[in-house]
Amino acid sequence: MIWSGTLIYWANSVYKITMGADVLFRFYPPSVYKTLNIPHRLAEGMSYHFVFMWLFCINGLLYVAYLLFSGEWRLILPAKRSFREAFLVVLYDLRIRKQKPSHVKYNGAQRIAYTAVILMGFLALVSGLVIYKPVEFTGLTTILGGYENARLIHFILTILFMLFFLVHVIQVIFAGWNNFRAMVTGWEVVKADEPIEPKNEHEEK
Amino acid sequence: MSTKKNKTYTEEELFDRKVRRRTIRSFLIFFLLFFLAFQAWKWIDNAPKDKKASKPLRTVMDLNARIFARGYKNPSLAKEFSKSTAARKVRVNGNIGLKSTYDTTDYKVKLVRYSPYTPKLSDTLYIPVSELMLLPKTEVVFSFKCIEGWSQVSWWGGVRFLDVAKKYHLATIDGSEPDPENHPEKLCKFAGLKTPDGQYYVGIDMPSMLHPQTILSFEVNGNPLPENQGAPIRLIIPVKYGIKHLKRIGTIFFSQTPPPDYWADRGYDYFSGL
Repeated sequence: MIWSGTLIYWANSVYKITMGADVLFRFYPPSVYKTLNIPHRLAEGMSYHFVFMWLFCINGLLYVAYLLFSGEWRLILPAKRSFREAFLVVLYDLRIRKQKPSHVKYNGAQRIAYTAVILMGFLALVSGLVIYKPVEFTGLTTILGGYENARLIHFILTILFMLFFLVHVIQVIFAGWNNFRAMVTGWEVVKADEPIEPKNEHEEK
Repeated sequence: MSTKKNKTYTEEELFDRKVRRRTIRSFLIFFLLFFLAFQAWKWIDNAPKDKKASKPLRTVMDLNARIFARGYKNPSLAKEFSKSTAARKVRVNGNIGLKSTYDTTDYKVKLVRYSPYTPKLSDTLYIPVSELMLLPKTEVVFSFKCIEGWSQVSWWGGVRFLDVAKKYHLATIDGSEPDPENHPEKLCKFAGLKTPDGQYYVGIDMPSMLHPQTILSFEVNGNPLPENQGAPIRLIIPVKYGIKHLKRIGTIFFSQTPPPDYWADRGYDYFSGL
């Protein structure tokens, strides 16, 4: 989705931060386009985008449905203490704090990030629909502040997704083998003599 | 192997073996799915092309067009703006089909009624723009959207294509007056438009062509069309991307099959509706 989207964004290089007439930052400088062989592939980008949108949309809906019906949403939705906990996690990851904050399955930072990315996915879907069919979805277009605004939202989300992906991969590398294996297999090996899963009070109903 | 059978394992070893076995199984499935996804992508990328787009992609694009196809009853309208918000300097994006000279004094549009065979002489009308201008004037101020991503509010004046079709009995299979609300079954499926030199051409589904905001335009910002905007008469169809807004209409004809389309031939979605 990001890849085909990038093929689309080539066609219109309005995506930059400007101050007056000066371009401060170009999200896609010409050099990036050149190395990735992006120019003149708008038609290809659009065709992939509007075919794979179905796959991503269905996948997203199935995932959210799974979270809801399995009760796993309890492990992802940030709780009251998640925000404080997330701050401690960041300190720990930046090697400022020594003690690892305790958590169940996902720590506070993960809860916030994963919930945010689901919301981002939803917003990407809605803003995408508005860009795709602004005449058909007139109401949605108005809610998002118009066609141009929807384009801006969609673009910002693209950047955020890329940042999320970057941080995600770095974190996986740092977390080590056991964690990576858990991503694939769905289970984790925990040694019995060092329980790292103390019960959090707020998890108890 | 026989020696192994006799060996007894400690609990920890048994556990490790179980972990290893299940890990290998999961990773095999993981890599298999990864490989299949990659193969699927390769298959799409290498599939034969249908009008410059990979065939599987073209199939889904046409399916999308059917999902989002318009009806004749209560069609959704493109948002209209006030004239004061319309751009003074209207953006120009292409000049394909505008390079040859044209009749500036008495320009005529060729209208060809539908016929399953080669149209009879009486089915082909040459209507002067001045005559089209006698129909009720319709103005539309909307956000013109380019497939490349830019959009601009612009103000166009002209005559509704539906009015033109009603007056000259166009767009129907039997040459009767079109009545989209009550007799959609009598309508052709597509309209085709061409520039006088035939260099630029578009195909449009009939519900979009007969949409109340679709006009044959001869004015922009209240002034006659300049040459680079397709003088003397062009198509303005707010429910489509800019690529469908053909400039300098030479011919309009009707068909039951999709007429050729310049950008669809170059890999873009045929429908290109908004």
